Amino acid sequence: MALKLADYKTSVHNDWCPGCGDFGIVNALQMALAEMGIERDKATIFSGIGCSGKTSHFINTYGIHTLHGRVLTFAQGGKLANPEMTVVAVGGDGDGLGIGAGHFVAAGRRNIDMTYIIFDNGVYGLTKGQASPTLKLGEKTKSLPSPNTNYNVNPIGLAVASGFTFVARAYSYDVRHLKDLIVQAVKHKGLSFLDVLQPCPTYNDINTRDWYAGEDLAKESIERHSRIYKLEDTGFDPVVHYADEAEINEKLAQALIKSLEWGNKIPTGIFYKNETISPFAIRLTDKIPNYIENPPAKQNISKDGFPTTDVSAILESLKV
Amino acid sequence: MGSVDFSWLIGGPQGSGVESGANVFSKVCAELGYQVFGKREFHSNIKGDHSYFTVRISDKLIHSNVNDVSLMISFDAETIFRHYDEVMAGGGIIYDSDLNKITTESVGTLDNYFKERLHQELESRDKPFTIDGVLEIAKEKGVRLYPVSFKNILKDLAEQTENPRMKGMVRMFNVIGVSLSLGLIKMPADSLLKSIDSIFSKKPKIAEINKQAANYSYNYASSKFTDFSFTLPGIEKQSDTILVQGHQGTSIGKMVSGCRFQSYYPITPASDESVFLESHELLEVNNDRPGSTIVIQTEDEISAIGMMIGSALTGTRSSTSTSGPGFALMAEAIGWAGMNEVPIVLTVYQRSGPSTGLPTRHGQDDLSFAVAGSFGDFPKVVYASGDIEESFYDTARCFNYADVYQVPVIHMMDKFLSSSVLTCKKFDTQKIKINRGKLLDAVEGEYRRFAFTNDGISPRSRLGLDNGIFWNTGDESDEFGHITEDPQMRIKMMDKRMSRLELILKQVPEDEQVISHGVHDYTIISWGSTKGPILDALEMLKKEGIEVGFVQMKLLHPFPAETVKLLLKNVKTIIDIEANHSGQLGKIFKQNVTKEIDYFILKYTGRGMTSTEIYESLKKILENKANKREILDHGS
Repeated sequence: MALKLADYKTSVHNDWCPGCGDFGIVNALQMALAEMGIERDKATIFSGIGCSGKTSHFINTYGIHTLHGRVLTFAQGGKLANPEMTVVAVGGDGDGLGIGAGHFVAAGRRNIDMTYIIFDNGVYGLTKGQASPTLKLGEKTKSLPSPNTNYNVNPIGLAVASGFTFVARAYSYDVRHLKDLIVQAVKHKGLSFLDVLQPCPTYNDINTRDWYAGEDLAKESIERHSRIYKLEDTGFDPVVHYADEAEINEKLAQALIKSLEWGNKIPTGIFYKNETISPFAIRLTDKIPNYIENPPAKQNISKDGFPTTDVSAILESLKV
Repeated sequence: MGSVDFSWLIGGPQGSGVESGANVFSKVCAELGYQVFGKREFHSNIKGDHSYFTVRISDKLIHSNVNDVSLMISFDAETIFRHYDEVMAGGGIIYDSDLNKITTESVGTLDNYFKERLHQELESRDKPFTIDGVLEIAKEKGVRLYPVSFKNILKDLAEQTENPRMKGMVRMFNVIGVSLSLGLIKMPADSLLKSIDSIFSKKPKIAEINKQAANYSYNYASSKFTDFSFTLPGIEKQSDTILVQGHQGTSIGKMVSGCRFQSYYPITPASDESVFLESHELLEVNNDRPGSTIVIQTEDEISAIGMMIGSALTGTRSSTSTSGPGFALMAEAIGWAGMNEVPIVLTVYQRSGPSTGLPTRHGQDDLSFAVAGSFGDFPKVVYASGDIEESFYDTARCFNYADVYQVPVIHMMDKFLSSSVLTCKKFDTQKIKINRGKLLDAVEGEYRRFAFTNDGISPRSRLGLDNGIFWNTGDESDEFGHITEDPQMRIKMMDKRMSRLELILKQVPEDEQVISHGVHDYTIISWGSTKGPILDALEMLKKEGIEVGFVQMKLLHPFPAETVKLLLKNVKTIIDIEANHSGQLGKIFKQNVTKEIDYFILKYTGRGMTSTEIYESLKKILENKANKREILDHGS
């Protein structure tokens, strides 16, 4: 029986603020799962802490709401032990790029075949609006006592530099585009990253829906005023086509330069995609040939309550 | 019986092959039928600082080192300065005769605190601050000195083998030292050569050179020095004996128990276990395709525990291995695992804290933290092994406790255990049982991960299982695992989780919780690696007709207060022995058993206890001459 969008929704009451950008992301994620027809019990959504952390409770697949900043560690462990499972990790920008930044970088180096989505709104919402790592230097969102004194992290640039092999940005109010990007990210062979710009209507009074829509620019009678545009509409080619160092470097540099674009024009879409880098499972298979067919979660370890692992060769080597 | 009790000490700068020398010596002694107990001490340093290895051998079962050294072999000056006074009257020192005139000042790695104490001693004995000075003191005590010029040995070897390169091979000093020792005690040489062959099995050329050096040195000592009081020709070999190193009990235990995922961050002294697991990542499985252990080196210990939990959620037996500082970083996630009833095993190889403390030294410093660490109330098990042999079987128990009670299990090991090498009975894998508790293979109908049940334990699905969808959260949750802040649900869920503690005390067999090695008027309570030196000390007292009891705690949380109360009912004097400052077990004991500890025997120098010093403290207690806190300090 084909699964419908409704099958991916739980009955858990959603307590996000009215107008929150998170709704678009959870909807897109459910749409993407339905479109790909991923069996509900073959997918796990791991989430961090904060408003975005509740995402896993709204999706009717396995859902693991983890610790602040640690979502990638739980998700990677789950995927490594059961590689046939579809794994999507979600969390806020403070979760992933503040407290969890070390895990973000390390995850990139491993390139485990899963997807990480950051809900990027520039503030810590659930603790009442402190500055998050993506808020720009000198900006003062409404509950900050004084303007932000830190320079911002560049999520796309950091992902590209850390070894993520699929790096993209979406806007939570363009649900269809976001859904398409999620589908591509999940299908990507390796670690995919999606930076989703998401207005926080309660605490971020700078990067609002109207701001992204360029209402202020419209007033200045600029013709095409929405700040958001799609890279794919500009002929931008993010894909590494050959396992060639020069091409990889060129695409990395191009993605990094694109990631610095902000202000009146904000690019969305795929910045970088490279399937010539081996996913972690392949690296494991080099030393454990049957890892994919017989991963940790599938292995039989006992029969009738007794162990089946044979360590006699090791014990023999210790014998005197 | 018990006629052989011989302690051998080898010392030298780190990186000079002290450990491999000791491994050869231990292997040879074990091959010749002797029981072996060895322990390594080293600085937090890669090359140059002092390290030493003490190997005690006997014809009966032994579990610890003693203070007295029977034979010391040193190929540097520092070893002589640091250990000359440990060699007993009638014992011997083999040393490099080219070092005689070396002064304490010229040995840069001798720290000032030690030098000051040594100078005081030399001054009071009117001796020069040189190797000659300390050796004179040893000689006056009755120690035999065996000077050997290592340089000349290499020179003679080079001539004899017509291989001029031999002259510069100072890397062979360790093999030469071991061979001189074995020649002196007349231990048959063939097992020495066999042992060298097996160590260099992949480098036959190097094996050959080392064997030439071994042969030469062995013959040199056995023909030149004939007045040594110890000869050890070998005894009848016990069947099924293995020579194991510290981490091998838990790592082989993990393989047999079916642990298939280990994540870790490098830390002394825990990483050896993970490295061993990765070196043996491919596993033979009876009547099945090969299995494997996925060993992941993570970016920090927080990631290590996060990954382990993620893996455990798929139904995989998962674990990590760490030491104090890493254990501290894991605290928050242990609570998450407790909240979500995830079975995980943390193997904690304790060292001296607090903070970085004495990073390569021993300590039982983390019991209080293991029991109390992580905020909030949740059930967990803290379990301690007394020796390497126990640690193999205990590892399997820990995984069973984790699965059956769906709790995090903290398996307490320590640096004393991790840097020991000993002979014991071959691990019996037939004795291992695997109990996965309420882990599900299939789900029928509506599933609730945290369903209320009679025993407080819910059937457990795993990520990826058909129809077994569940949710987890660090927040309080309902039966499905969705967030709730309902006060009545909170009460029910807290009670459900915490009821495990009672259940564990009720269901875990009593002899898995506590081991009574005899109860008398004077009885010791202790936990972990102090077991070995305590048992040997009690044996010494027994020879004098004195009986002292010993209750070894294995299950430390939940604490089996009633069992312990009953055991100690008629005890007049309770002695707590631990390698930490505050008597951490004593505090837990007092809180749970509501009884005072009469005496503490404590050691926090970072060096393991010897049976000699425990014996001496117990004597003082028995003679009513002891302080409430007896503080031990043996060992350089």
